[in-house]
Amino acid sequence: MTAALRGRVAIAGAATFGCGEAPGFTDIELLARAAHAAVADAGLTMRDIDGITTASASATMWPLPVIEYLGIRPTFVDGTMLGGSSFIAHLMQSMLALQAGLCNAILVCYGSAQRSASFGRREIVAARRFLDPQPYEMPYEPFLPASAYALAASRHMHEFGTTRRQLAAVAVAARAWAQHNPEAFMREPLTIDDVLASRLVSDPLTVRDCCLVTDGAGAFVLVRSERARDLPTRPVYVLGNATTVWNRQISSMPDLTITAASESGVRAFAMAGLAPKDIDVVQLYDAFTINTLLFLEDLGFCKKGEAGPFVESGAIAPGGSLPVNTNGGGLSCVHPGMYGVFALIEAVRQLRGECGERQVQGARTALAHGNGGTLASQSTAVLGTGDTL
Amino acid sequence: MAATPAGGVQAEHQAALDEGRFLIQRCAECARHVYFPRELCPHCGATALAWVEPQGGGTVHAVTTVRRKADAGGDINVSLIDLDEGVRLMSRVEGVPPSDVRIGQRVRARVVAGLVVFDLEGAVR
Repeated sequence: MTAALRGRVAIAGAATFGCGEAPGFTDIELLARAAHAAVADAGLTMRDIDGITTASASATMWPLPVIEYLGIRPTFVDGTMLGGSSFIAHLMQSMLALQAGLCNAILVCYGSAQRSASFGRREIVAARRFLDPQPYEMPYEPFLPASAYALAASRHMHEFGTTRRQLAAVAVAARAWAQHNPEAFMREPLTIDDVLASRLVSDPLTVRDCCLVTDGAGAFVLVRSERARDLPTRPVYVLGNATTVWNRQISSMPDLTITAASESGVRAFAMAGLAPKDIDVVQLYDAFTINTLLFLEDLGFCKKGEAGPFVESGAIAPGGSLPVNTNGGGLSCVHPGMYGVFALIEAVRQLRGECGERQVQGARTALAHGNGGTLASQSTAVLGTGDTL
Repeated sequence: MAATPAGGVQAEHQAALDEGRFLIQRCAECARHVYFPRELCPHCGATALAWVEPQGGGTVHAVTTVRRKADAGGDINVSLIDLDEGVRLMSRVEGVPPSDVRIGQRVRARVVAGLVVFDLEGAVR
């Protein structure tokens, strides 16, 4: 069914802007800079953009101000907000819209000044209690999202013997990759002992098991594949994409050690006609160190319960058998509220061979996986170069 | 039965808690228990949900200690508890330091100030 969409749409341009600290910028200013750069990277101008997808963690009608700001008149608009996975989930509706002829060039874009903004985390948490209540969780004062992931980590440790050192090894591998990425926000050396000795946030997670809070924007441009071949940049083809949501709250998650990625991955791989063994480079939404372990397992790169020893062996770090989060991930590169678009852009850059000293040589296939909410929404994308079609 | 028909199930559930009673739902169609309270059964889609009082026994399923400065209230336990009726909820285990709460411990529900909390089974209060 979705296999008919395999390779029919390509990412023709991609860009980031303001990753790390961008004081003085607003969300939409950062977004506009990344959007302009992505469109230019595709060899297009803003006048060519007739489709848009975007989402914001605070503005519920976010496509409206974005369309107004960019001055475009799109014939396709999507503002589906699933949390951090949104920009990977937007691939499917974009592919359907392009194939149906609703539009010809879709801009997927995000920007956030989360780090520098004066309206801080405390105010956002207070506002959410009223705007988006969780009356069966909030009275117990979990530190969300971290405590939800901590609860999942406690269960993974209990069931499979996963250790805090193994969780820490995820952060250490991400940092080792970040040291090869000039765009990464945190590039100082990091050891497992450093992670274990850092401040506990919500046991067993320390501050170094938690993603960064940065500014940043990311955008990419989707066109039908026939058109992509006439554009200046080497196309990256969307071979598979699937999104799964089973629950919102961690207390409603059917099994804390099996995420909905176990379904989105199967569907995305089926659409692509590929398996985990066929993937050259992997980008996983690492909001917390436990995410990487869960997604390695749920997407089929490890058996359930075996990701801890796999990561501790150095397998996902530079020089390991499976390159994961080659930009440094949300843990060490960039995480402005929602990271999904950045995972996808790093996959694109790897397939275009633009990654300098962190380049995975000869990468032809990539997986980008987005996570949203508290292990709630999961979206998997399988991407490939022209010779995978 | 809910003490006060006060609108939707969330209000009914809270009204009972405010009177010191913890209620969950049971579906007359599929016979499964439901929590948090819904207007329709998430298992079978029926609207035949009735309030029942759980036995109160449960098991700690997952656990974390939220680290907070003393002036922010100090460290607290947050747990997911599996009730013997087969439903899971977020709550906290009281009466012991957060670091002493462990997965697999048997716990018993208690309502305090309109909120369901748990004590370790056999704990004397």
